[in-house]
Amino acid sequence: MLSSLLAATPWTAPSVDYHGLAPEIVVALGLCVVLLVDLFLAERSKWLLASLAGFTLLGAFIPVLTLALDDAGVRSMFDGRYVIDDFSLILKGLFLLAGYVIVLLSTTYIEEGEYYQGEYWVLMLASILGMMMMTSSRDLVSVFVALEFLSIPAYMLAAWRKRDAKSNEAGVKYFLLGVFASAVMLYGMSLLYGVTNSTLLTDIGASISGDLTAVRILAIVFIVVGFAFKVSAVPFHTWAPDTYEGAPTPVTAFLSVASKAAGFVALVTVLYVAVPGGSDVWQPLIWVLAVLTMTVGNVLALRQTNVVRMLAYSSISQGGFILMPLAVAAEGGAGEAVLRSVVTYLIVYAATNLGTFAVILAVSRKTRSGEISSFGGLFSYAPGLGVVMTIFLGSLAGIPPLGGWIGKFSAFQAVLEAGTGWAYAIAVVGAVNSVVAFGYYGNVMREIWMRPAPDGDTTPIRTPAPLVLALSITTLATLALGVLPGVALHFGDLATFASGLGG
Amino acid sequence: MDQLRDANWVLSVGTFLPLAGVLVMLFIPKAEEQLNKAVALITALATLAVGVYTLTQFDYDQAGKMQFVAETNWISVIKSTYYIGLDGISLPLYFLSMVITVLVMIYSWNHIPSPGNPKAFLILMLVLQTGMAGTFIAQDLILFFVFFELVLLPMYFMIGVWGGENRQYASLKFFLYTMFGSALMLVAFLALFFKTGAESFAIPYLVENGGAIAKNTQVWIFAGMFIGFAVKVPMFPFHTWLPDAHTQAPTQGSVILAAILLKLGTYGFMRIAIPILPDAAVEWAPWIGLLAVIGIIYGALGCLAQSDMKRLIAFSSVAHMGFVMLGISTLTSFGMNAAVFGMVAHGLITGMLFFVAGSVKERYHTLEIARLSGLLKQVPKLGWILGFCAMASLGLPGLAGFWGEFPAILSAYNPAPGLSEEIFRVYMVIAALGTVFAAAYLLWLYQRTAFGEPNPEFTSHGHSDDHDEIHDVNMFEWIAWTPLLIAIVVFGVMPNLMFKIIDPAVATIVAGIGG
Repeated sequence: MLSSLLAATPWTAPSVDYHGLAPEIVVALGLCVVLLVDLFLAERSKWLLASLAGFTLLGAFIPVLTLALDDAGVRSMFDGRYVIDDFSLILKGLFLLAGYVIVLLSTTYIEEGEYYQGEYWVLMLASILGMMMMTSSRDLVSVFVALEFLSIPAYMLAAWRKRDAKSNEAGVKYFLLGVFASAVMLYGMSLLYGVTNSTLLTDIGASISGDLTAVRILAIVFIVVGFAFKVSAVPFHTWAPDTYEGAPTPVTAFLSVASKAAGFVALVTVLYVAVPGGSDVWQPLIWVLAVLTMTVGNVLALRQTNVVRMLAYSSISQGGFILMPLAVAAEGGAGEAVLRSVVTYLIVYAATNLGTFAVILAVSRKTRSGEISSFGGLFSYAPGLGVVMTIFLGSLAGIPPLGGWIGKFSAFQAVLEAGTGWAYAIAVVGAVNSVVAFGYYGNVMREIWMRPAPDGDTTPIRTPAPLVLALSITTLATLALGVLPGVALHFGDLATFASGLGG
Repeated sequence: MDQLRDANWVLSVGTFLPLAGVLVMLFIPKAEEQLNKAVALITALATLAVGVYTLTQFDYDQAGKMQFVAETNWISVIKSTYYIGLDGISLPLYFLSMVITVLVMIYSWNHIPSPGNPKAFLILMLVLQTGMAGTFIAQDLILFFVFFELVLLPMYFMIGVWGGENRQYASLKFFLYTMFGSALMLVAFLALFFKTGAESFAIPYLVENGGAIAKNTQVWIFAGMFIGFAVKVPMFPFHTWLPDAHTQAPTQGSVILAAILLKLGTYGFMRIAIPILPDAAVEWAPWIGLLAVIGIIYGALGCLAQSDMKRLIAFSSVAHMGFVMLGISTLTSFGMNAAVFGMVAHGLITGMLFFVAGSVKERYHTLEIARLSGLLKQVPKLGWILGFCAMASLGLPGLAGFWGEFPAILSAYNPAPGLSEEIFRVYMVIAALGTVFAAAYLLWLYQRTAFGEPNPEFTSHGHSDDHDEIHDVNMFEWIAWTPLLIAIVVFGVMPNLMFKIIDPAVATIVAGIGG
């Protein structure tokens, strides 16, 4: 039976480019090592695992660098289903560095909690591995596999504090809605496969153009809606605030930065490579999603009293800004600028938001509270933390010369390059929203600088070394990206990838 | 041209030197208050020294041209460059910002407002200085925008932390208004960029190519910039943040706000909005003029209704900036000369008035006009200085204020070709009426506070447990104020000192509008 099957389909082993896959291989090996070492470690030496996870991520960054410096051009494997180009390398680098910062954020938190440590790091590495695969996937199947690979560990991480009802709620909500989104997306993908007879994104891209039949429209809508869940765009955002609040704080940082970025990577890949011809369908859809996401996220954030919930809504609103240029991606040669703005925004947002969570972790070690009012008087007893938090909040609000402004700026620039009436309309909505956003970022700043410490408790905060390192990295990145924005924008310059939209 | 380029490090050093001071101060512990103050003051003085050097190196025969030009790559992907330069319009404002910062630093030596912490206070002030100086030299719209925004956060904290009772409301209002303006301004900048062929953000390039944009589009782009700059000026009806911000800000904040920050808006009109979009400027000018004269009258009436001295001075700023905007709206060389002079004069005079108000507040713990009286008897020197500033502010000939106000009114008699003479002559009459109001509210203020007998509650005969510290002008105040007082007289007597620098630069702008 088996032999007849093998004989019927002549099979040649695909050529595997090991250099190209090296980053993924390093992370996969590190994942196995952490899993094995965990078995043999005494409880008091579990801290080794954090270092192992951190070194794995930094180790995987080396081949990313060598690949980036290599002139070989685009490396394509498996008939173009797995591609290593500038786009994927930059995002792999981003995921690895963001992952490293998250390891730093988690170290003390995980050590001090009474939960399993080894599994935490294994799941974290697995999720990051999924994200790295996502950046290279150019096939419906591998996109889907990568998406599940990164999501499923994240569901478990959200429910990490298993004796805490809120954490359970976080995990369950995230899981149910996540799976639902996957199902919707999968349905869209199956329709797409049905009408184009291929799962390869470039093939699909070639056959979807001109007049679209109802099935094709449905397929595109389903896929966009599926991704809208993943990037928590309004009205598919309802899981985000509860999940963010209930999950352990470092996991929240992970979800709001890395996991969200991965969702955008997938969305961009599909839009640019698979369905650029369907832009008449997805552009208006994303336009509406972006406007809703920016506005609703902002308005709800204004009303929050819990700092993590506030950041959850803020991150929804920031997602709207990332979506904004995509709403005009196929207009008047704006494709390249749109892609650049998305990548730039993701880079800047990652640095800033991780920093914000680092400060929250440091402060909550003292205050044991997630209320915004617990930040009262921070500047008077912990001026260093107060200043860096101000830098991060200012950057999130998009105030030059802090990093965030270049993200907002490039988003506006891309939108106006498209220059249509819809583009101007969304730019004005974005401009108004960026002002409203200061309402809640400024609220936290006000607590830090202008209010007294709650209960007059002004004992200084002892910040553990990993958090200090994380804060230094993110602060430097936020300032450097703001003053020398050319760096981030340069990374976003991805002409070849944008060519699908005639960029 | 090469000669001009030789010294092109000057502006960059002058702009970023304060940040070097900030860097040093970051490593000085908070408790070393005197050391922190000393470092901040030395930094400000060093910056001023660079400013003086700039003054000596400036080629006054070519004041209409950009000098000390430096251009290097910054964000090449979006075609924005680090492009700076200085001409006759920028020079007085650039230098004024340095002078004011030094004087405010001196004043701060023994006047750190509650809740203290001079380290943070002075660091914010140095950051502010960089933002202000940078705005006046930026020749690239993105660079301009970054500097323009850089002043926001320090001022927000200065008001919000060191301000009066209602400081949190005032600081947030200040921030949201300005940010709203600058968000629309940024959209306008980008639209401009794409409408001129997406080639460059450099102001000279845009001045050359902006005129080619269709008039309809120009009008819309101008609208975005108008809101951004008008909020900052502030023009009626965008002015409502100003009285709150001024009243709640600490003295130093009020001085910087009045003397420099408001000028960022008017400067923006003259440097960016009008030269780049000449056709739109002609369309908008009557409306700008209208809002300007409304501002003049409204500000003056507002002054008459105030019971708080600082709030009164704040409303007088609205009126004064109305004169500046009226001068600009005529689009004539005469009016714009008056406007630039008016900006500097208002900076000197109103800055001084806020200093005096701060000192009154420090002595009497109130600025309620009804409770103050007899300043001339109790603190005669302070009383005289207040009188001098009030005279300067109402535009007494022979003092600096006159040369900002009078020519601005006169220029409305004969606006640029293309503008309706009738309308502007009506504006002229209204503005002239405004000066009468100005005399009224300032003299009335002076009468109520300085004349008469001191209020018994502040004299030793009354219950004066904590009022024995009412003393006359002290040394730090003298050092901080004398330069301003001298400048008010000098520019009042010899306005040509400044007009001859401004005029060539203004002529370049007006030539670009081309009637």
